[in-house]
Amino acid sequence: MAEPWEEEEQGPVRKFMYVNRRAPYGTIYALESLEVVLIAAAFEQDVSLAFLDDGVFQLKKGQDTSAIGVKNFSPTYRALEGYDVEKLYVEKESLAARGLTADDLVVPVQVVDQKELGALMAEQDVLLSF
Amino acid sequence: MTMLHTVNKSPFERRTLDSCFSHAEPGSAVLMIEDAVYGGIKGTAVADKVKAAMDHFKIYVLGPDVRARGLDESQVIDGINVVDYAGFVDLVADHAKVQAWL
Repeated sequence: MAEPWEEEEQGPVRKFMYVNRRAPYGTIYALESLEVVLIAAAFEQDVSLAFLDDGVFQLKKGQDTSAIGVKNFSPTYRALEGYDVEKLYVEKESLAARGLTADDLVVPVQVVDQKELGALMAEQDVLLSF
Repeated sequence: MTMLHTVNKSPFERRTLDSCFSHAEPGSAVLMIEDAVYGGIKGTAVADKVKAAMDHFKIYVLGPDVRARGLDESQVIDGINVVDYAGFVDLVADHAKVQAWL
């Protein structure tokens, strides 16, 4: 007998957005978000990730954590494509305030302004905040 | 002997650095660690505020925390000293007291 999670029928696909607003390493939020994204990728939903406020620092190129004794998880963002997580939105204003541009980031992203990001948030079914 | 103040919160997210700058006596040392190192970087929205504070304080950033975040010494505001963990220890030893702004 099939277990409930083995049922073939696919439920409705819903829009999930992971909202990342914290810098990496200072708190555990960024790593936890990434872990949840990777786990939830198995559920084949319409997933997007938003990076705003200090969350844009998660994607900064060139992270080297060897001297602080924690894992550098930034290469994992490049693996998201392999999990069909391809919609990465980064807020333009947050980048600018931090002296960053899209060229400073480890993955190709869509840079959107506050208003556009607000509209994207409004069209989601589920928002998960980190 | 002057005091050493440590700050560990991002200046974009919290007011900790402002609070430190408002309370520390002139001549104090301020060491930015963990997410506070973003405050020591050139070309950000808080850089001018930090540069102004350098008139009153000796400011340091912890190099290992800078590099962990994908930044390097060339991006640190001119006049801010980059220290390693041994330098952190020296700062603690060279000041009468330490106040941690959490």
